[in-house]
Amino acid sequence: MTTKIIISGSESPLLRRGLGEAISIQHISKSYKEVQAVRDISLEVQKGELFGLIGPDGAGKTTLMRILMTLLIQDKGEATMGGFDVVKDYKKIRNMVGYMPGRFSLYQDLTVEENLNFFATVFKTTVAENYELIRDIYVQIEPFKNRLAGKLSGGMKQKLALSCALIHKPEILILDEPTTGVDAVSRKEFWEMLKKLQQKGITILVSTPYMDEATLCNRVALMQKGKVLDIDTPRNLVDGYTRKLYAIRSNQMHHLIQDLRSYEKTDSAYAFGQYLHVTGKDDEVEATEFENFLMKKDHENLEVFDIQPTIEDVFMELLHEG
Amino acid sequence: MMIIFLLPIVQLLLFGKVINTDIQNSRIAILDQSHDNTTREITSKLVSSGYFVLGEELMPGDDVEDVFRKGQVKMVVTFGSEFEKNLERDGKADVQLLADASDPNTARILTAYASGIISDYVKKEKLQNLQLPNQIKTEVRMLYNEGLKSVYMFVPGIMAMILMLISAMMTSISISKEKELGTMEVLLASPLKPIQIVLGKVTPYLLLSFINALTIILIGVFFFGVPIKGSFILLMAESFLFIMMALSLGILISTIAPNQMVAMFISVLALMLPTILLSGFMFPIENMPLPLRILSHAMPPRWFIVIIKNIMLKGTGILFVWKETLILMFMTFVFIALSIKNFKIRLE
Repeated sequence: MTTKIIISGSESPLLRRGLGEAISIQHISKSYKEVQAVRDISLEVQKGELFGLIGPDGAGKTTLMRILMTLLIQDKGEATMGGFDVVKDYKKIRNMVGYMPGRFSLYQDLTVEENLNFFATVFKTTVAENYELIRDIYVQIEPFKNRLAGKLSGGMKQKLALSCALIHKPEILILDEPTTGVDAVSRKEFWEMLKKLQQKGITILVSTPYMDEATLCNRVALMQKGKVLDIDTPRNLVDGYTRKLYAIRSNQMHHLIQDLRSYEKTDSAYAFGQYLHVTGKDDEVEATEFENFLMKKDHENLEVFDIQPTIEDVFMELLHEG
Repeated sequence: MMIIFLLPIVQLLLFGKVINTDIQNSRIAILDQSHDNTTREITSKLVSSGYFVLGEELMPGDDVEDVFRKGQVKMVVTFGSEFEKNLERDGKADVQLLADASDPNTARILTAYASGIISDYVKKEKLQNLQLPNQIKTEVRMLYNEGLKSVYMFVPGIMAMILMLISAMMTSISISKEKELGTMEVLLASPLKPIQIVLGKVTPYLLLSFINALTIILIGVFFFGVPIKGSFILLMAESFLFIMMALSLGILISTIAPNQMVAMFISVLALMLPTILLSGFMFPIENMPLPLRILSHAMPPRWFIVIIKNIMLKGTGILFVWKETLILMFMTFVFIALSIKNFKIRLE
């Protein structure tokens, strides 16, 4: 049987894959009625890469993933998965990609085991055939294999969903916010599992609103309002942040942020956990200047110190510039 | 939103117009063995009353049951021979009213109206001159349902309703449930073909509905004594056809409805109410105003009920229901074609 695959350009899909691109997105745009969900996004995910789409709700992560999953058709641009066009070759893509939607999308009224068997059948395979791939994950939920999927905890549900997405040994795995609504321990375990899957040669595209998870990816795309702000390794992104950054806290955090934002030497001030991360108008602004200003505003237990930037600081900075 | 305000209006108009047991334009046949002035006058009285329309004039020797099997005529009025002579000489004459009691309510009303008109005529026109006591003998016979048991009407009606409910409503709800819970997203992203997804959802309901149909018929026969005069195989085959029609309608609804709520709403509005109101199950179609009468043609249960009544009560074969069968087949085909056209291989 000969299958003819037509892709824009003269390169054959095999050649493309040889180049090492698992996912290629070129100038993709997509609107829903009034809202433009994705605006002219281009990015490439290398074969075997663990790539993160990082951004808050409404950044366009889900839309982009659904376009890649052949569930939506883009208005403009082109995208390929494993060399196959997402519009024309949707059937081929559906065979070779594992997908975990943002919402828990398994049958809640089937047991863990039944769900797994069901999806194995859907993908024309058996659990036994690919058990090797899911073993590490499945052993954790195996004690509950007779429990209804709807009765599992958040972390367990995600593990089951991942097992189901892996059951047909996909080349590419697309995970839409797999750790949202999952406890901290389960999140950590989940990322460890992703790392292991990556070692087995699976290309993984994962989205998350949690900035701290960005450092666990090989490369990330920082997204906001349908646009990609920057694409790089987490290391480079952080290194590229050259501003001087201070962490500040006091006994009155609510007033602190208002006071700092009203200060003429403050460029930005954002809450980061227990501290505010603050940058000055220029890097000449000293910690003592903030301290003196805040003392006058009656802040007590004041702490001001230098801090190393995180991905979140980079993201905030990019937003601030935009 | 609009639907909340429109619904009561539509319902009220529908109920007000549909639920009336008055008789209008019921088709009757006349078998006049006497052909004299009196019978002609009575006939014209019946027809000019507005309740009846002369559908057919029968000749002595015609098979009266055949007329009913065709389903066009609701009542046959038979005048005995030498009607006028007998009436004038003896003050006695025979009229037979033979009604199709597969719809017992209508049959009861039709015969009552006709008897009234006939005796009224004789009283006013004839007896004044004759000064004789009213001796006109109106013999009423209920065909297919001598006892006027309403269960004869309910069994086919309930069957149509339940099959619509289980097949169409449950199918549409169960498919739209997949959309609502997000499992459809995973199924769409899988190599499953649309036909596999749909068949997977529909097959259980096909079986369930078939069992339901069988149960209703068995209870009707053994508990309520409803006869199956025609072929049982044909009855089940027609039920199967109707189930297929309802299932494809359910699929069609599910391709339109984004969630269970909407599917439920459409099903109740588009399936339940019309089945009860416009199928002729409870309220005779002839009595409805013209727009509703036309609309009732689009109601699949209307045809199914005719088929079942014909097979069970009148004992007719496929020759008398082929038209209705073809209509159901055509509807099934249309629903399937529309479903295929509407089924989305993607989200949105």
